[in-house]
Amino acid sequence: MTTENLVSRTHAEVSVGDELPPLAIPLTRTLIVATALATRDFQDVHHDPRLAADKGSPDIFMNILTSNGLVGRYITDWAGPETELRKVAIRLGAPNYPGDTMTLTGTVTAKTTAEDGTPLVEIAVVGANKLGNHVTGTVTVKLPEGAEA
Amino acid sequence: MTDPISQDKAAFLAVVKKYEGMHDVSGVLALDPVNGPMIRHWAEAMGDTNPVYTDPEAAARTHFGEVVAPAAMLQVWIMRGMQGGAPANSATGELYKHFTDNGFGSVVATNCEQEYVRPLRLGELVQYDQLIETVSEEKTTGLGTGHFITTLTNIYVDGESGRELVGTHRFRILRYTPHKKKAKAAPPAERPLRPRKVVNKDNQAFWDGVAAGKLLFQKCLDCATPRFPFAPGCNKCASLEWDPVESTGKGVVYSHVTMHYPKFPAFDMPYAVGLIELEEGVRMLGNVLGVAHDRVRIGMPVELEFVTHDAELTVPAFRAVGEN
Repeated sequence: MTTENLVSRTHAEVSVGDELPPLAIPLTRTLIVATALATRDFQDVHHDPRLAADKGSPDIFMNILTSNGLVGRYITDWAGPETELRKVAIRLGAPNYPGDTMTLTGTVTAKTTAEDGTPLVEIAVVGANKLGNHVTGTVTVKLPEGAEA
Repeated sequence: MTDPISQDKAAFLAVVKKYEGMHDVSGVLALDPVNGPMIRHWAEAMGDTNPVYTDPEAAARTHFGEVVAPAAMLQVWIMRGMQGGAPANSATGELYKHFTDNGFGSVVATNCEQEYVRPLRLGELVQYDQLIETVSEEKTTGLGTGHFITTLTNIYVDGESGRELVGTHRFRILRYTPHKKKAKAAPPAERPLRPRKVVNKDNQAFWDGVAAGKLLFQKCLDCATPRFPFAPGCNKCASLEWDPVESTGKGVVYSHVTMHYPKFPAFDMPYAVGLIELEEGVRMLGNVLGVAHDRVRIGMPVELEFVTHDAELTVPAFRAVGEN
């Protein structure tokens, strides 16, 4: 692992209104099943199309632990390995079905301070697929402080 | 006057509402301590290459100082896996059974709100308490009709001075009855009609011919080239002058397909469609009759037969000659 991989964004470098580069995630059937298993979610709707259909869904769909994980990954991909996630709050809408693509976008919405004085950054995140917004949420992170600009 | 269904619903709601605010379980231990293999598996599936999750040397050079679990794995550590969603003999388990027994057997998660007090380290065994916060009234959603249940789970690690809160996890699920599939819900419908013919200025003469029991094609008055389907001008010389000519209706199968799908309810599936080369030299599409769809062959001789599907729809088809 080279040091470049360890470079992280600092609190001072981030401004309200900053937009994160979009991240497009192809929703393969393999991804949906592999992530369901990796999150220990064995609900049939995440791997068995016929049983998913019995429950009113046209196909298997991504589980919420994965949506949560991908939102977390999106933030740390952008901010770097020093990032500490403090809060992830998500709401699910249009399901992530196999064959679609989810594109995550994010905007820095606030720079705040925790009760203990820790400087925090809030990012609004949306993950959209062709049916609409799969996930909308807010992520709160602590970044290395960095030099004030 | 209250009808029996809304009485039943009110009674059910009263039962499940009692669980609101109920402290469900406490001190339930995770099945596995926070561990490298589960983290690596998770990071691999998610496509997450953050080195602090998997690379001890890289992690040591960050402020974390050591490998930590991805924050978003918080719930993963307390998943019951094949044992199902709620520990046995818990209030949640009991509540879920009420839903299952009353037809709300399906479940989908809609909201997840997690706060992380600090990262989890390898070897830590988490435990959790759970509170049932709210049970909603009956709601109808795109998936079906049911109730939203919100739970709050506090996750701890045993420390020297008692339990240390490491994270909270608020989770909302919908327990629901799926919408009935339309095919099942609708009473057996009368068979729909076949698609209607589209008659316009260009093909009026053809359909007039069908109405008179004649199969017509066009013949160019300038170069004598026959043509079908009906069109204003000659494909060869562009002349707009033409005469209708009646075909004998005798021809051979030039090509054919069998329609299996989509299953149009107006048609008897599967069925054969032939491209018939008539002896006058024009080709025409039509159903191939008198032979099983998988016995239709190129070159097979056929003869015209008008088929009336309903009061308004008679179309030419072609019957195999010499087949039983």
